[in-house]
Amino acid sequence: MKENFKEDPRFEQCNKETWVMVILLVLNILWWYGFAYGLGSKSPSEYGFILGLPGWFFWSCVMGWVVFSFAAYYAVKIYFKDIPLDDGGQSQAGQGVKK
Amino acid sequence: MTYSGVLTVLLLVYLVILTGTGIVVSRLKQRGSSAGFVTDYFLGGRSLPGFVLAMTLVATYTSGSSFLGGPGMAYNQGFGWVLLAMIQLPAMYVTLGVLGKRFNIVGRKIGAVTVVDFLRERYEGNAFLTITSAFFIVVFLVAAIAAQFLGGARIIESLTGLNYVWCLVVFSIVVMVYLVLGGFTAVALNDSINGTLMSIGTIALFVATVKAGGGIGAIISNLKSVNPDLLTPYGVKNFISVPWVSSFWVLVCIGTLGLPQTAVRAMAYKDSKAMHTAIVIGTVVIGLLMLGMHTIGAFARAIVPDVKVTDMVIPTLAMKVLHPIGAALVLTAPLAAIISTVDSQLVYVAGTIVKDIYLNYMNPNADEKRIEKLSRAMNAAIVLLVLALSIKPPSTIVWINLFAFGGLEAAFFWPLLMGLYSKRANAAGMIAAQLSGVASFIWFTSKLPRPMGLHPIVPTMVISGVVGLLVSYLTPPPKLETIKKFWGV
Repeated sequence: MKENFKEDPRFEQCNKETWVMVILLVLNILWWYGFAYGLGSKSPSEYGFILGLPGWFFWSCVMGWVVFSFAAYYAVKIYFKDIPLDDGGQSQAGQGVKK
Repeated sequence: MTYSGVLTVLLLVYLVILTGTGIVVSRLKQRGSSAGFVTDYFLGGRSLPGFVLAMTLVATYTSGSSFLGGPGMAYNQGFGWVLLAMIQLPAMYVTLGVLGKRFNIVGRKIGAVTVVDFLRERYEGNAFLTITSAFFIVVFLVAAIAAQFLGGARIIESLTGLNYVWCLVVFSIVVMVYLVLGGFTAVALNDSINGTLMSIGTIALFVATVKAGGGIGAIISNLKSVNPDLLTPYGVKNFISVPWVSSFWVLVCIGTLGLPQTAVRAMAYKDSKAMHTAIVIGTVVIGLLMLGMHTIGAFARAIVPDVKVTDMVIPTLAMKVLHPIGAALVLTAPLAAIISTVDSQLVYVAGTIVKDIYLNYMNPNADEKRIEKLSRAMNAAIVLLVLALSIKPPSTIVWINLFAFGGLEAAFFWPLLMGLYSKRANAAGMIAAQLSGVASFIWFTSKLPRPMGLHPIVPTMVISGVVGLLVSYLTPPPKLETIKKFWGV
């Protein structure tokens, strides 16, 4: 399709933020899967224990929560920008993008 | 005072607070706002701050099953079920991050108040798609609400000994009062109260459980002697197979951004900062609730070993490990989870009927006063309908509820996502995506519940997406003016 119109400049930043969240999700899935089945596939008698919990569970679930809460915080802090959302916002979108 | 007496009093206090929110909101609203009645009443005037946005998303998403059925499964299956529950951790950042500010910006541009508003504008006023969308929302959500009402009333009955029907009636009146008076804003504020209550309940019960079990180490060795399978990611006798549990990434995480009652919240926040805050708070809180409650369920096996009914694991445990007043406080949490899911769904159904059907097709020129009356009446009517359905639930409702969650995802995931990100997606394609999605989900669920070891939602999403793209590319693209309206300056 011919796009003979100017795209809303805010969408470039929006797309970047979406990709950041998708990458975070992929990492989250790998973390969840890797620790759960990487450490948890042995017989329970061979499990290592951390803070009393089975090692796979500690890493995949407990640390998964801690790590991805911080990861979400830093992803937002580093990559997300304070852009205007209002309809009138486009006109100032250029200079409105501030951190 | 007896235990059930304490609980009854606490419940009453809690219900009075919820009702009070509705009254306060309606008082404040009389001063009027610039956004207009429909946007105020069904979308909180697009002004949710970060904390409220996070809490209303979490509370809408976290239903009674996260506090009763889920921990009950963890009790039976061990840590494998906690692993399954943790798939929900990214749900908040995925919903807010993938729909993104783009959805909020477009929503403001076209004045959308519901998800169907967005679809109708994006797919060029296609009447068929608008009506099937509204139909799926009303049918699936009403069934889901009735099922939750039922669950909520059963819990109150079993804990307080109050009569089941009376529980339902009290429950409905409270929800009706604050919905009718305060609309979406009251729902969002009450969700914040409920979310806070759920978090406190989870932490308190976790601490008490570990203490009662003699520390985590003692609980774990106790569980190991009951059945070593409880410590594995696979559940008892390999009940939680890898392909099946992995499918939940689609069902309870990625797919949830297609749930209309969740997605609409991504249009309701005030500004960029609110969204940033909500991503972080939402992730921390959903993780706390899911990890906390399900781990408690798994630990419970070592402390109250003989619970037969899964839904009773948490109530039985709370009464055993906490002081009666503490237990009563903790047990308002599952009720909070139910109420906060149901209220969001109710106000969304009312919004769909008023905005997507009445204002679009029946009376586009209705004046503000009339819309206001109708909106409030509609909220009341739907609560009464659900009340009637749950006093004596017809088997159709139970049947429809089986498909409600996945069915809504199947109906809205691709039309919403492709509508936002693909300039090529068109009405014909999305009608095909929606119908093939819902049909496949119903077919798989009833005929082939574990296709290739997966959950039915996985083939459903693949079929719906492929059909949607194929039909879109075989039919003419959307008009340039539509693309300009959504993508242009």
